[in-house]
Amino acid sequence: MKTGTLKQILLITDGCSNQGEDPIAMAALAKEQGITVNVIGVMENDVIDEKGMSEIEGIAMSGGGVSQVVYAKQLSQTVQMVTRKAMTQTLQGVVNKELKEILGSSKTVEDLPPEQRGEVMEVVDELGETVELEVLILVDTSASMKQKLPTVKEAIFDLSLSLNARSGDNRFSVFVFPGKKKDVEKLLDWTPRLESLNSIFAKLTVGGITPTGPALREALQYFKKKRSLRGLLSRDDESFYEESV
Amino acid sequence: MMMNHSMKSQFNVRSGTVIEGKWHNNRYVILKELGYGANGVVYLSKFNNQQVAIKMSDNGMSITSEVNVLKSFAKVQGSALGPSLLDVDDWAVNGKNISFYVMEYIHGPDLLSFIQQKGPSWTAVLILQLLNDLAKLHDSGWVFGDLKPENLIVTGPPSKVRCIDVGGTTMQGRAIKEFTEFYDRGYWNLGTRKAEPGYDLFAAAMIMINTVYPNRFTKKTGGIAELKEKVQTSKELIQYEEVILNALMGKYLSAKEMRHALLESMNRSDAPRASSRVNRKSPPPVSGGSTVTRTQQNVRKRKNGGFFETACIVAVISCLYFLYIYGQLI
Repeated sequence: MKTGTLKQILLITDGCSNQGEDPIAMAALAKEQGITVNVIGVMENDVIDEKGMSEIEGIAMSGGGVSQVVYAKQLSQTVQMVTRKAMTQTLQGVVNKELKEILGSSKTVEDLPPEQRGEVMEVVDELGETVELEVLILVDTSASMKQKLPTVKEAIFDLSLSLNARSGDNRFSVFVFPGKKKDVEKLLDWTPRLESLNSIFAKLTVGGITPTGPALREALQYFKKKRSLRGLLSRDDESFYEESV
Repeated sequence: MMMNHSMKSQFNVRSGTVIEGKWHNNRYVILKELGYGANGVVYLSKFNNQQVAIKMSDNGMSITSEVNVLKSFAKVQGSALGPSLLDVDDWAVNGKNISFYVMEYIHGPDLLSFIQQKGPSWTAVLILQLLNDLAKLHDSGWVFGDLKPENLIVTGPPSKVRCIDVGGTTMQGRAIKEFTEFYDRGYWNLGTRKAEPGYDLFAAAMIMINTVYPNRFTKKTGGIAELKEKVQTSKELIQYEEVILNALMGKYLSAKEMRHALLESMNRSDAPRASSRVNRKSPPPVSGGSTVTRTQQNVRKRKNGGFFETACIVAVISCLYFLYIYGQLI
């Protein structure tokens, strides 16, 4: 079964967007392009208000992903859980589609008797272990995020630790919003290793508005740009482009 | 890889509810909730006057995944790696299908409560039992993954440790499915999250540490030094220091190897106590070496006595001085 590369955006934020396009619409746009959007709402002493909550849930829902609101200290476990859950969800969708083609009509795994589900699950597990994965991490760096950023960095490292234990390839890239000049700024280009994140995060400045929608739109562009660039290169070439930030 | 502190029961099935399977038509009466995790809720239930445990989840795939593990355990001969699987089915309720599986009800306190009740002399015994089970589990191609005291029930008598939650059980060579930070070597910067026997052995060593620090502790810097200090400052753990540290640093390749080392360390820790007793009883020393030890012990004893004496005198004198001052004031 060919699944291609799984593409995900992981949005880490602590509140509502306040500028630009509707982030929920932008998440829907991502889904149309085969990119899943997951959202993690992170709290410390503050609480995310009703409006923020519904935006977080809305983005994940229209982005075909998973959302979870947590306290900063649970961030590491949550980030990897959300990513894995979304992967399984996507792969289940792929497997269900295949099943429909084989069994016809509207059959899904749940329609099979329990005895036969085991093998299907084994296929999903196997795919989850071997599939190529691209995660674009989009971090909100508005002022209220300042004291949470060290925890966010830890959580991103932890995610790479979890995913690099798989046999499939992983590529991560890290973006922050708002950027210095633009809505969104690239911190780290596609790479399987995140060690260099330490020095970059130390220099990070926070502040300003929360343009979640524009940030999501830009992030999508980046997936596309990368793909067209990669088309020029040979397939087995490690797609690892360095660009100055 | 699921986190373990999420959402309280996604559904609340009241006691007395009858659950009938859609495929096999078995009827189960719910008695009470036993626990919940990221992947579902476990209920104590009755089936034909027999107590069983039912795990339910609205995520059917996680149920299927666990059933796969339990089925594979059943093929391992003469072992009790997890609870035995009795039934798998769907429960149609409110127009929704809830997947569930039925397993043997393993009754007893969890590992930490048991050791707190019965005393630390049980720690090594239970860990030895656990390592035996882990050896079988590893031999059959699995890694337990989310190994922690809450997932270990002590049944009996005779007391025997059993693993209950196979939600984290992962095929060797894959990425660990589910873990808890304190017992995860990745969290402590001491290894990968690849499913291999050493991953479980790390967790087993952390469980030993956990028996002395029941409230756990959070990482400061990570790395072996931090954990080493915790082991060395505990009088219960110091005798197992070598075994614990080796397991934490991934030096054991199999559960058998760690088990062997643990047994050795227990025999060794018995030895010095016995010999010192002998030394005290028999005045003529056998070798020069032991004379030195004994003299040192005596010196230390005298020193300790001297300190006590001094403290006593100081206390009495200051008492008298206080009375004298007090008298003067009046």
